[in-house]
Amino acid sequence: MQPFSLVRPNSLSEAGSAFRGDAAYLAGGHTLIPAMKSRLRSVETLVDLSRIPELSDIAVEGDRLSVGAMARHARVAASPVVHEAIPGLAALAGGIGDPQVRNRGTLGGSIANNDPAADYPAAVLALDGVVETNRGSHAAEDYFQGMFATALADGEIVTAVRFRIPQASAYAKHPHPASRYALAGVYVACFAEGHRVAVTGATTGVVRWPAAEAALDSGAALEGLALASDDLASDIHASAEFRAHLAGVMLRKAAASL
Amino acid sequence: MKTEFQLNGRAHSAEAPPETLLADYLRDGLGLTGTHIGCDTSQCGACNVLVDGESAKACTLLVATLDGAQVTTIEGLGTEAHLHPMQAAFRKAHALQCGFCTPGMVIAGIAIAQRHGPDVADATIRHELEGNLCRCTGYQNIVEAIRIGAREMHADAGTTE
Repeated sequence: MQPFSLVRPNSLSEAGSAFRGDAAYLAGGHTLIPAMKSRLRSVETLVDLSRIPELSDIAVEGDRLSVGAMARHARVAASPVVHEAIPGLAALAGGIGDPQVRNRGTLGGSIANNDPAADYPAAVLALDGVVETNRGSHAAEDYFQGMFATALADGEIVTAVRFRIPQASAYAKHPHPASRYALAGVYVACFAEGHRVAVTGATTGVVRWPAAEAALDSGAALEGLALASDDLASDIHASAEFRAHLAGVMLRKAAASL
Repeated sequence: MKTEFQLNGRAHSAEAPPETLLADYLRDGLGLTGTHIGCDTSQCGACNVLVDGESAKACTLLVATLDGAQVTTIEGLGTEAHLHPMQAAFRKAHALQCGFCTPGMVIAGIAIAQRHGPDVADATIRHELEGNLCRCTGYQNIVEAIRIGAREMHADAGTTE
């Protein structure tokens, strides 16, 4: 790894001012550190967010569940508050990566990176999430902007995500057998006004799936439904056609467990 | 950078550049070579250690972020005369062949036993071993060892008969 200087601030304002020049924030580090080790990424300054206490809070606020950006996946998976409010979200967190990833990886780190096959972006989008930052907030619809791209400005810090609590929700994914990233992952959320469905892994960035939402709202059969998109991903792991098909399978699996 | 943490039950003061990874520090700095580096890409789990009781990949942790943590490596578990119950279970169930993945497997097994209790189901063990790769055994005996080890750990702790 290329040398860097490490700053460990105790508050958001200190973190913001420590972020200068070629800098990065360190959350759980399970994407960033491997990238730095392989020299895909180098930074002059690494700003560790783990000492800022309020970033790990989990609480229900009105009709929303607020999860702090530094809440680790294992904690979200085990949290009684999350289980009570949105059990589908707890289940999703319990299936991310492997136990060691879940013990270190964080919600904020996941959505700031916005890997096109990460699990959390599907939940944030389907659960009508609001991404809170040290500079304001972003609706999920505006926040995710395709592969590894987000609405975050340079130096902006995700502080929490406020998920809208659904009547019911569930996530199903077909993980890559080695990496555990989703080849296709579908989050289905049922609200009073209708369903929201988000797909990760199958496309080059998380997307809503309007045809699936319409089918669920009208009670139409989900059999044979496959994801139609101009942005289907295709690589050595799975072709675009296979991913489109898998999205349909995961949709039916998630819908069946609502 | 100076970092103070508990290492295998003793206070430890580390002085290392910020980019120092725990796995390298343990092996090269302290000679604690029981923590193995297999893939060095955060996938294989051979470098697992316990940090505050939870399994973590030492190849993906910066020493400088461990201030105040309790770190336990394979060297901190037992002695040759008195193996940790999970180590004893691995021997009993013949849960290793070449042994390279074993330190990380034992650490993962302890974390599984602590989180899921004495009667952890095989399916849970398999799910929780997703971060550990073994190229010899086919995992059957490792799952068996963790099942035995979990029971023994909790029996030792007096939580079962």
